[in-house]
Amino acid sequence: MPISRRMTLNVSVKTLGCLGLLYWPFSHAQAYELTGYISGEHRYSLSNSLFSEPEQHASSVAFSPEFYTEWDEGRQSLIISPFFRVDTQDVERTHLDFRELHWLLVQDSWELRVGISKVFWGVTESQHLVDVINQTDLVENNDTEDKLGQPMINLSLFQSWGTVDLFMMPYFRERTYVGLNGRLRSALVVEENSAKYESGAGQRHLDIAVRWSHSIGEWDIGLSHFYGINREPLILLNSSRTALIPFYETMKQSGLDVQYTFESWLWKLETIRRDTKSDTFTAFTGGVEYTFYNTFDSNLDVGVLAEYLFDDRNSESLASFENDGLFGTRFTWNDEQSSELLFGLIHDFSSNDAGWSVEASRRIGNRWKVSLEARFYNIKDKNSVLFPLRKDDYIQLEFMRYF
Amino acid sequence: MYKFFIILMLTVTSLAAAQTPEEKGYAIALETDNRDKGWEDSSAAMKMVLRNRHGQESIRQIRVVNLEMESDGDKGLTVFDEPRDIKGTAFLSYSHALVPDEQWIYLPALKRVKRISSSNKSGPFMGSEFAYEDISSFEIPKYDYLYLRDEVFEGNNCYVLELRPQYQYSGYTKSHVWIDKKEYRNQKVEYYDRKNSLLKVQRFTDYQLYLGQYWRAHTMTMDNKQNGKSTTLYWTDFKFKTGLTSADFKKNDLKRQR
Repeated sequence: MPISRRMTLNVSVKTLGCLGLLYWPFSHAQAYELTGYISGEHRYSLSNSLFSEPEQHASSVAFSPEFYTEWDEGRQSLIISPFFRVDTQDVERTHLDFRELHWLLVQDSWELRVGISKVFWGVTESQHLVDVINQTDLVENNDTEDKLGQPMINLSLFQSWGTVDLFMMPYFRERTYVGLNGRLRSALVVEENSAKYESGAGQRHLDIAVRWSHSIGEWDIGLSHFYGINREPLILLNSSRTALIPFYETMKQSGLDVQYTFESWLWKLETIRRDTKSDTFTAFTGGVEYTFYNTFDSNLDVGVLAEYLFDDRNSESLASFENDGLFGTRFTWNDEQSSELLFGLIHDFSSNDAGWSVEASRRIGNRWKVSLEARFYNIKDKNSVLFPLRKDDYIQLEFMRYF
Repeated sequence: MYKFFIILMLTVTSLAAAQTPEEKGYAIALETDNRDKGWEDSSAAMKMVLRNRHGQESIRQIRVVNLEMESDGDKGLTVFDEPRDIKGTAFLSYSHALVPDEQWIYLPALKRVKRISSSNKSGPFMGSEFAYEDISSFEIPKYDYLYLRDEVFEGNNCYVLELRPQYQYSGYTKSHVWIDKKEYRNQKVEYYDRKNSLLKVQRFTDYQLYLGQYWRAHTMTMDNKQNGKSTTLYWTDFKFKTGLTSADFKKNDLKRQR
């Protein structure tokens, strides 16, 4: 449905037009939009690094404009959304990515999307097992929430019995890794351009995926199947044992995600079965979120969440959440500044290792936002993949300006 | 003939007198609801101005699309343009009279559609003085009705009704509604909190008529009498019968709202 009324940024469009950057074959289309943000952040690590290179202070700026236009009465549109970060500490974190760059065609009962795009599947908060379309942009944040744009052809079909999404992904994106000077690194770091593939086609392997999703009353259900390159590589030593190399296997993965919403309760489950040459395993995340609305005679909402994470894969070095629990509390003030605070604790029941995090944000005026993020690790298990992070507790402050 | 009219009038008067305040309140609510039927779908833009006690303002820009559903609550899609940090956030609601509404929110930064709980009726919408229940679609079974009195309010002859919410999680014990007798439009609502004290007063002004039948207030002001804050909604660009269907109110549609 085209909502045709929009903010037209005449100035920006005229400027671009003068520079000769804009030429559109569809003359009557007048709806352009240029939005986005620029942000500056500073991260302070509470301890010296275990390794000699990284320092305790790191500053960084990111710029993410988004250009959008539509025509054909809103049935066709184009979005271009690059993301660019410059980091003072880690050259690997200085990077450019097109989060989105696609053409979209919307019809009554189907949609076709061609280009680079971002897709989210799933319902849980602690990790996103079923969400396998986009590669993780790990240098952005080690919480794996940031994703790289994925080239794809995506056809969505809408039926009374649900939505079917078909994906063809002709090009694979490699995971980004922290470099020698970055915090949150391991003893050896991943060598640039060293990735190896199980498939002879390498990065040009054609990945395919299908997903059915539907809402039935209080239930939201998704069923998915993916065949293609595993976004999560095996990490191998290089021949000289001086660096790590990612080895990308081909995988088949079936996934199920379900949410049951009843009054103030959200019950969530995600489960996958993943089949690769090196291993076949099951993993699931299940839990509950409950919200107390308008607590303490105020507009403050307090949400509590608990999730259990299970994973039976062989490789200990990959399964960081094989028997873990997440406990979280979300405070939402519902004020003019949209103030929020999220506190989370992940506890490994097998090793007693833990990590906890605080995320807070608040708007300033109509265009600014300030966010605070802090992570603390308590890791004693020498075999854990997270062991090198034990001295990497940090506090980060970020200011964002939207335009 | 003259005698016949007298008798007829007496009959009508006595019939009216036989109506209990509950019946009369219900009849007025029904008439109000009936007069606003048949618009099929509508869209509008809204600017929301929030004022705190010190007169500081913050602004929200929102677009709203609704689909009228026969024998069920309306479907609604709300898209946020301002403030910029939540631009592209979209909210989809299938409202129902007495069973809980179905609601989803789309978070553009994560490209994530989240099903959310609809129990939060009394919480503030976007940090404003409007609660979710104040802006949700009006359905007859949501309330019990009581006719209180006739009263002239700002030059309009009005019915004054008392509405008692019958749905769960309302923040109100009751509200008093001033409805003008001529066009059956809301002129004023007083909301009483759970302790039964006056909480908020809503005013409806700048009414305009659309398609010869549908009155829409272009300005709505909510004054909170307890915390001194207020919120004004300025509505523009009303459109009706644009040919939208249920297919335009799918979960998937949230993702590409601009």
